[in-house]
Amino acid sequence: MTTLAYVVAYLGLVFFLIACIARFMMWAKMPMHMRWELYPVAHEGGGKAAYGGSYLEDTEWWTKKREVSLFGELKVMVPEILFLVALRENNKKLWTRSFPFHFGLYLVGGLTAFMLAGGLVVGYLPESIAGPVAKIVALVAPFLGGAGLILGIIGAIGLFMRRRGRELRDYTAPADLFNLVFFIAAFGVSLVSFIAYDRDFSLVTAFITNLVTFNLAPVGTGTAGVMLTVSVVLLSLLTAYIPTTHMSHFIGKYFAYHSIRWSDEPNLPGGKQEKIIQELLSRPVSWSAPHINADGKKSWLDVTLEDQTK
Amino acid sequence: MKQPNSVKDMGKHPGEPLAQINPLEQIPLPPPFDKLEDEPEYAQLSDAAREKYVVLDDTIAVNIEKPKTKEEEDALVNGFLSGLEKLMSVDDNWTFLQPFEMSMEHCAKCHTCSDACPIYEESGENELYRPVYRSEIIRRIYFKYIKKASPALHGDIDLNWETVARLIELSYRCNVCRRCAQTCPIGVDNALLSREIRKIASMEMGIVPKEIHDDGSVLQLKVGSSTGMTPLILKDNIEFIDEDTAERTGFPIETPFDKQGADILLIHNAGEIMAWPENPGAFATVFEAAGLSWTLSSDAIGYDGINYGVWYDDVQFARVAVRHAAIAKKLGVKKIVLGECGHAHKALTVIADKVLTGDLNIPRESSMVTMRDIIRSGVLKLDKSRNDFPVTLHDPCNLVRLMGIVSPQREIVDAVVPEGRFREMAPHGVENYCCGGGSGFAIMSGHNFADWRHRMTGRRKFRQILESFQDESMDPSHMKYVCAPCSNCKGQIRDIINYYDAFEKAGIYYGGLVELIVNAMVDVQPGFIDWEWH
Repeated sequence: MTTLAYVVAYLGLVFFLIACIARFMMWAKMPMHMRWELYPVAHEGGGKAAYGGSYLEDTEWWTKKREVSLFGELKVMVPEILFLVALRENNKKLWTRSFPFHFGLYLVGGLTAFMLAGGLVVGYLPESIAGPVAKIVALVAPFLGGAGLILGIIGAIGLFMRRRGRELRDYTAPADLFNLVFFIAAFGVSLVSFIAYDRDFSLVTAFITNLVTFNLAPVGTGTAGVMLTVSVVLLSLLTAYIPTTHMSHFIGKYFAYHSIRWSDEPNLPGGKQEKIIQELLSRPVSWSAPHINADGKKSWLDVTLEDQTK
Repeated sequence: MKQPNSVKDMGKHPGEPLAQINPLEQIPLPPPFDKLEDEPEYAQLSDAAREKYVVLDDTIAVNIEKPKTKEEEDALVNGFLSGLEKLMSVDDNWTFLQPFEMSMEHCAKCHTCSDACPIYEESGENELYRPVYRSEIIRRIYFKYIKKASPALHGDIDLNWETVARLIELSYRCNVCRRCAQTCPIGVDNALLSREIRKIASMEMGIVPKEIHDDGSVLQLKVGSSTGMTPLILKDNIEFIDEDTAERTGFPIETPFDKQGADILLIHNAGEIMAWPENPGAFATVFEAAGLSWTLSSDAIGYDGINYGVWYDDVQFARVAVRHAAIAKKLGVKKIVLGECGHAHKALTVIADKVLTGDLNIPRESSMVTMRDIIRSGVLKLDKSRNDFPVTLHDPCNLVRLMGIVSPQREIVDAVVPEGRFREMAPHGVENYCCGGGSGFAIMSGHNFADWRHRMTGRRKFRQILESFQDESMDPSHMKYVCAPCSNCKGQIRDIINYYDAFEKAGIYYGGLVELIVNAMVDVQPGFIDWEWH
């Protein structure tokens, strides 16, 4: 039965990676758009980010080197990713449910990545290195895994209840509820497996080590083996499912910030953007309203430059 | 208060309003306007208008006539779907494709944005005005009818002509101030979706409020200005303004026109020239006193910085932006300086940044920066005591939240207003509230739309203004100044003050920023700000 778990785990991971890359590429390949930034912009230098200022406040800004602070971005993004700061500031009630959900997910995801790396070390490196690494994995896995599963379940139940509440019910599609139930089921089965059959995470650790070393040996016997298989199958399916839904916002959010909200790079004369803009302006327009006067062949430049005085 | 029970109501209850506000249930304003029963009567929409046009709520902005035949009904639905498809096309919507798709795909419908929306809050949290309500309708149409996804995935909605017509109306119940986007934990921009709905209506279906299209961008492109002001009238007006300003200040000025090779092409919102001549007069006074090399243009469009396309139509937007740049190129100026007009700032500086290339890519600067630099240079002798009255500052969304120009205007205020006389609104800077006139509302007043605007979109700003002066006497003889460095905001603030009679009742006056500078200039006669209600 464990073989099924191996197969589904491989498929789940591969599908997850492909779907994430496809999502990333979809956003990355979109054309340059009009500037639509929103302040504060975290990378504004010279202390401007603190009050929402921009380089447009500077005298003859186009003659100066723009101060862009990567540290400024990190100062906002890291707490935002880890602690959902924007949500805490703007919707505390939701944050009390969303934060445990997301943080639980980070712990489970982070631990899985750590165990995958640990499995590679144990599988392919000498005992002098593998031994200590295995000990560290054995030490942290029950704490991080247990805490992650519990937080994730608490958060998902909280979010589910909120979605069923009066305010959000009308805005909730069946899929929104299914997503949360899927999390509760996958994390719930894993938690039961952990508490009842695998308190030291040894079965999970062995399974993951086998997974990365392509050793499809059975792990666990009897009910423990069944529970492990069910957990792995559910978690793998969930992993594959996430990037196909709006829960892929962990990818979209990068672009929402870096390509839209904080995208303030000016188009300077003779700069690299001008060529891209000229190409975009040469694209055909097919909007149908009479005042646009487009025919599907005229370009943006054509309709822009047409005489409008008659 | 009447409000929709569900997103699906949009296509139901034909001919009935989905929402109605009871003014007596609104949150009371601060003193001395704190008695709801004493507020001006809320004008009702006429029965004739309800009969003729599609009905959404208490007012009408767009004037979409009810279809008389099945063909007309189908044309509305099919036109909308066709436009929605074009919003997803690189050719037709490269301009906003990524921000649009981002906001369509990733909204978690968590309602975090609702509390950021002053319209939703001042409506008594009426469901119709919730930022997500509007967005949810277009999202459901998009997923069900364009992407052919199961309603189980993204929610269901019936699509009929009434859904389409009401959604277009509803896109004109949003100021596009983008406060909602600022609070979204994911980066979704529901205000942008209002603008994209407006784009479908305008660019595909030819449906736009008359004030911003026929009397706005079309008129500007045709005769030179949305005010109808031709180059000839412009020159007459400016000549009069120069004379009048010189008489008031004792400081002779002559506004230069079409000066080839000047350093600066100054572009005002032409509304200033028509409605607030003291503003261009003050600009000319400061620029001349500072010895700048500058000019106005008398070429059609070159003297009106407005660009209404920024609210509803990318092609109209590009047409105006390119003409502004072409005029600057013809004059050979080193830079364009935008007068006190927020949307003109954002249109030409930020959004047109991805339209202007080659020799049209002429540097654009905010007059907040130009004025700040003049003051920093010390060339003007200033006497702060001439501005010895309470002053508060309105932050135009376009200038502040959407461009990051926050500190120059404050540095100017510090330089011209005595210590202790200036008070910030709460909140201010990039977290400010819209004046209520944003995205075209300031110039829209058909039917009873002006009343709706004062009651719903402008109410939060008026509340802020009153709150900022609460430590001052509200006696009308004790004058208080609301500084609004944006023409549209100034128009909206004038309208709110008028609506509540706040000049007569509480001594609340308004004006621009440059007027405060001239009022403090030692080299001009005192009393440039005359405290006369115009």
